[in-house]
Amino acid sequence: MALIKVNDLTLSYENITVTEKLNFMVESGDYLCIVGENGSGKSTLVKALLSLKKPEKGTIEFGEGLKKNEIGYLPQQTSAQKSFPASVYEVVISGCLNSRGIRPFYSAKERKTALDNMEKLGISELKNRSYRELSGGQQQRVLLARALCATKKLLLLDEPVTGLDPIITAEFYELIAKINSEGITIIMVTHDISAATAYANRILCMREDRYFFGKNKEFKNSDFADLAGRKFAKGGENGD
Amino acid sequence: MTEILTDIFSTPVLVRALIVGILVSLCAALLGVSLVLKRFSMIGDGLSHVGFGALAVATVMNIAPMAVAIPVVIAAAFLLLRLSSNGKIKGDAAIALISTGALGIGVMAVSLSDGVNVDINSYLFGSIISVSRSDVVISIILALIVLFMFVFFYTKIFAITFDESFAKATGGAVSAYNMMIALLTAITIVIGMRLMGSMLISSLIIFPALCSMRVFKSFLSVTISSAVVSVITFIVGMMISYAFDAPCGASIVCVNIAAFAGFFAVGKIVNK
Repeated sequence: MALIKVNDLTLSYENITVTEKLNFMVESGDYLCIVGENGSGKSTLVKALLSLKKPEKGTIEFGEGLKKNEIGYLPQQTSAQKSFPASVYEVVISGCLNSRGIRPFYSAKERKTALDNMEKLGISELKNRSYRELSGGQQQRVLLARALCATKKLLLLDEPVTGLDPIITAEFYELIAKINSEGITIIMVTHDISAATAYANRILCMREDRYFFGKNKEFKNSDFADLAGRKFAKGGENGD
Repeated sequence: MTEILTDIFSTPVLVRALIVGILVSLCAALLGVSLVLKRFSMIGDGLSHVGFGALAVATVMNIAPMAVAIPVVIAAAFLLLRLSSNGKIKGDAAIALISTGALGIGVMAVSLSDGVNVDINSYLFGSIISVSRSDVVISIILALIVLFMFVFFYTKIFAITFDESFAKATGGAVSAYNMMIALLTAITIVIGMRLMGSMLISSLIIFPALCSMRVFKSFLSVTISSAVVSVITFIVGMMISYAFDAPCGASIVCVNIAAFAGFFAVGKIVNK
């Protein structure tokens, strides 16, 4: 059984159907990119995968012992967060909350998990710095470390490079690829088609009327890549 | 200074006000950190106006004021939370709507009633002598509940304040905790309102948190600093109020303004 299996999924947003009869699956170790224009239902799909939204029709099945609350989620940043007084350590360790139920304080094991993940992402020296004083790229690493505290299996990243400069963006993609190579499954929602085709092994491309799901190679040869490429080229983001 | 303190401690009414005030300041400051960071500061303000309306109506109808005010303010807190989260009426407009509405009803109730001698002024701007013995008992119990809940749920409150969508995605009962915070805020406001006045009570929620955020950089240090600032400004404010025979709520707000100026300056220097 796959890690996630989506069957005939129909989703709606404010009573308007945004996605119909969507079928795809995520295997353990996959790197899936979800691409598509604004309004194609990407955000609604993310909510459904996180069990924050009920499907109109169809099902989302979790396999291989993946629990609903064991998805490491990297949400888009809010403006309030940018000026939030919190130390890096406080933010990272809050990722451990899903596994602890009602107990009020963190255990030694959870503190170690937090420190290990900070080490892994190269932000150990930022431990006591304030989140609001960090650069955009550092903030994303902190949120990524928090997401890793919440999961051992699956990361779900929602437009993670928004607002980052090209060098930091490239570094961030390398980091995700490294995490993926260490056995954590990645689902990334992105506008960046060139990054999707460079890193992902599977692609889900959503359009208003239809969608593509398959291997990266198949996607490159399909008319979806063409359409998407032209669309994005017009926006001036990705020229190829 | 010690003279003022001895005077205060030898007057039972003032001792009661001091106890209630310190407990309320503490609770308000702790909740305030979360409310301010979640951009919910105005909810505190809105609730205090609702509290005024409820108190006024209860007095006119000759019912125990706290018994009416607490449930009404709690209901208003849930309503405001719902309105600001589902967005049919935008949060700030909803708060203005409810707070001016409640204020209007309260003033009408008082002015239409004959033969009831109500001092609106003391409801609006607070009065030390209005703190009764039963208020003290209720305050102590409620304050202990607020403090216990805050400490026990501290890690969750942090997670939800920092990032609601992440907390939700990892299975946190976000709306339950939001309701808990609204509930505790409502209770704190009702207890503090008699002393501080309904116009000024929300200063206890907002000032300490804003002061602390100028200087401190982690959630824990901001929280602790807020609690300390809140209690100190309350005590200093009350002493000034006693020494100059000034209204208690207004004195405390003025001390808070001074504290904010101080923290602002320190923040500028430290963060250079």
